[in-house]
Amino acid sequence: MTRHAMSAPSTSATLHIDWTRCQARGACLDLLPDLLRPDDDGYPLAATPPRERSDVPVPPAGLPAARDAVDLCPRLALSLRPLP
Amino acid sequence: MTSTNAATTAMMPPEGTLPSRLFAAGHRADAARHVARFGPVPVPAAADLVMELRASGLTGRGGGAFPASKKIDALAGPPGTIIANGSEGEPLSRKDATLLEHAPHLVIDGLVLLSAAVGPGARLVVVAHPDGAESVRRALLERRDGGEIEVRVAEDRFVAGEATAVVAGLSGAPATPKDHPVHLTERGVGRRPTLLFNVETLAHIALIARYGAEWFRSSGTADDPGTRLFSISGDGVAEQVVEVPGGSRLAEVLTAIGVEPTSIQAALVGGFHGRWIAAGDFGGRLVARPADGNGNGNGGIAAGAGVVLLLGAASCGLRVSASILDYLAAESAGQCGPCVLGLPRLSHRFAEYSSGRDSDPSGVRYLIETIPGRGACHHPDGTVSLARSALAVFAGELDRHRSGSCSEGGLA
Repeated sequence: MTRHAMSAPSTSATLHIDWTRCQARGACLDLLPDLLRPDDDGYPLAATPPRERSDVPVPPAGLPAARDAVDLCPRLALSLRPLP
Repeated sequence: MTSTNAATTAMMPPEGTLPSRLFAAGHRADAARHVARFGPVPVPAAADLVMELRASGLTGRGGGAFPASKKIDALAGPPGTIIANGSEGEPLSRKDATLLEHAPHLVIDGLVLLSAAVGPGARLVVVAHPDGAESVRRALLERRDGGEIEVRVAEDRFVAGEATAVVAGLSGAPATPKDHPVHLTERGVGRRPTLLFNVETLAHIALIARYGAEWFRSSGTADDPGTRLFSISGDGVAEQVVEVPGGSRLAEVLTAIGVEPTSIQAALVGGFHGRWIAAGDFGGRLVARPADGNGNGNGGIAAGAGVVLLLGAASCGLRVSASILDYLAAESAGQCGPCVLGLPRLSHRFAEYSSGRDSDPSGVRYLIETIPGRGACHHPDGTVSLARSALAVFAGELDRHRSGSCSEGGLA
């Protein structure tokens, strides 16, 4: 983790969304307002950048909130992965 | 639209027009004719086969175009299951069923060869489209190594052929795509490394094992070596499967099958998840992976799973696209919100906008931008790609609809 964070300071991990589990309950949207925004149906949409929306890049500062989101997702649809 | 029920006898390439490697043993080749033409299954050393595959540059013929040798290199261990995928959920595709009908032994050879090379003792499965299953079963009865191979009939629906859906089906679950953060080559059927190749890919592997990488590369281009099968249908053409050298120009292929170029306004290449190519761009080369990444123009046209739908001058591309989008929206596996809810909305807004009833493009554009990348499989992305290319290629038709007319005559 630390090694990857050093080589890519702006992103330390990705937040993976399992779309087969997600049911737009919205906990992640409340916890990660800088990272995610709701689409018309309330499903999370990466705020930036426009691509990689199943694996949303998380900056180091966002890690604690992202961990909360993973733990609090009622559908267990989120997981946090270190960058390869 | 296009019937998929044409007599299978019409599915062989026209004699003498294009080279045929995969169908060289002839119409419905049985074991005797297969062996007479290609010889028995060779016994290459495992390392040799993988080396030849690497040198051949063979890419997967199921649509993903991933290099076959890289898939083998990615295996986390000996595969527990090796799958020949002929599910072919795409309604316009007939190439896998045709291959299984006329050259089943080549597909089985590929499976047996791969098993010997990388997965001795692996469970071997052919997942066939309902139309191809019987010929595979017949072929297996004709050979001594056939008893080890299972035949499964794929669910006849669009997303059932997707790799994770096939693996789910083999694991006893419904054949729907699954979230796959880990590649099947690491964890697939029974949570063990799993190797899945399209049936056409396996047939090419059987030929490469016999004749080598250099022979394979003697057809096609350096970027897109070998031959590939295309299912061609649509206006002004008999439904057929042809074998084409990699990197062929779309115009060359149409000429070879006797299509009058001036009668065609556009072609949907790659199937329902493909892209529309305007007649003016038919000079583009059909390749596995276009250099420009978007499957159009100078970088080449993405062959995808080898499907070409021709649109005649008197047909309306927007109407055809709207009906395809309608179909695709209904073919969602019903698992991922942005797909389940987004695709019907896309279909509806596309129809409203493209018909001229709604003049504001922002609704369609929003969906085209937000849906992709948000599903367990490629279905939402592929569906959006079709909608996007339709709006670009049929801009003229869009204008006609705005002014109240349509290429098909009458009012939009």
